Amino acid sequence: MQIPTIVGAGLIVIGAGLGIGRIGGSAMDAIARQPEASGKIQTAMLIAAALIEGIGFAALFAS
Amino acid sequence: MVISNKPLRFIVATLVACLPLMSFANPEQDSVKVKTEVAHEVKTEEAHEGAHAEPTDVKSEIKEFINHHLLDSHSFTLNADKETGSHNGFSLPIILWDNGLQVFSSSKFHYGEETAEHNGNFYVLHHEKIYKTEADGALTEEHGHPTNVKPLDLSITKSVVGILFVAILMFFLFKGLAKSYTKNGGIASGAGRIFEPIVLYVRDEIAIPNIGEKNYKKYMSYLLTIFFFILFLNILGLTPLGFNITGNIAITASLALLTYLITTFSANKNYWAHIFWMPGVPTPMKFILAPIELLGTIIKPFSLMIRLYANILAGHVVLMSIIGLMFIFKSWIGSSLSFGLAFVLMILEILVAFLQAYIFTMLSALYFGAGNEEHHHEEAHH
Repeated sequence: MQIPTIVGAGLIVIGAGLGIGRIGGSAMDAIARQPEASGKIQTAMLIAAALIEGIGFAALFAS
Repeated sequence: MVISNKPLRFIVATLVACLPLMSFANPEQDSVKVKTEVAHEVKTEEAHEGAHAEPTDVKSEIKEFINHHLLDSHSFTLNADKETGSHNGFSLPIILWDNGLQVFSSSKFHYGEETAEHNGNFYVLHHEKIYKTEADGALTEEHGHPTNVKPLDLSITKSVVGILFVAILMFFLFKGLAKSYTKNGGIASGAGRIFEPIVLYVRDEIAIPNIGEKNYKKYMSYLLTIFFFILFLNILGLTPLGFNITGNIAITASLALLTYLITTFSANKNYWAHIFWMPGVPTPMKFILAPIELLGTIIKPFSLMIRLYANILAGHVVLMSIIGLMFIFKSWIGSSLSFGLAFVLMILEILVAFLQAYIFTMLSALYFGAGNEEHHHEEAHH
């Protein structure tokens, strides 16, 4: 009865996970290249991750 | 007193030493039998879904407990024994607007089990909502929702108690911090020493880079208040007192509404120009983009609301489900595994508590900064 909802939730988690994973990975690369800019990179990373997370949660609640 | 100079090893050793205690929590039942029993009862429950059957098996009892935790409560219950019906805790005042102010104690409800009588009116508690009924306390239901009159509920609920506690705590904490500067010759003392670097962090890393050197000062009070308010409420939600305040959408909605109102009413003309008639965009596109930008101003605080609410709610649900697994497994290895998992998850939740307070403040500052942007001349020429 709830199979479409569960599949939708899974898809959302895949999408959000891929997005946040890419952000984290890229931030790691960037910090490895320029360790002195790690503070700024972390801030930008957190903001971007939070924005994706917000959309992910909004979709989870809609599903 | 130093318990151990190797904290991590000490924590792990304590955890391992406590593991056998888990088996004492289990009644003497065969685990395999219980599992089949649970599976069987879940099936029968699915068949009777919607019939409002009293939950009997462990799984639905845990589900009911989690749902009860996520709701705001009209009484402060620390623990309750289902078999004897005894509750440990204290009752809170109920304030209703129903043809005049009605004030009485929530002990009249007996934790939702009885009909409360006050000034000739009868009230009943159903899923933590107060309905007006006749003397027999019966609810008329339609599609599973009661159709009785709901009086305006202004009660001091558990969440309100938590918020008042945090407000008073913050008032004395930061008043003490401010006072200690004059008393101590410009150096913070006492508990203020912990919070001084956080206050400076909010100013130097959140407010100034996002809002700008010129305008940041008028937003600092709001940013600091919201940061510590969310942080303390998140931490309060992790204590065994069982608060769930920032995981309540009404609370986060009001916080997000404050951010929205401050952004809207403190924005300068460049902000509105960027929404309705953005420079450097072809004129036909402006008509398409303006509604999207206008919608964006509402979506921004909406996402603030959803993010905080969902993060804290999801944390509480996952944590309580994993604690609940202990009572479902009822075996030495499974219960101790979920105990360890709950322990690790609790540490993660502390991180989330800080992170969500930071994100909310950060994004609020970002929106204030967008509302205060100065006009860039080079943009107009390109």
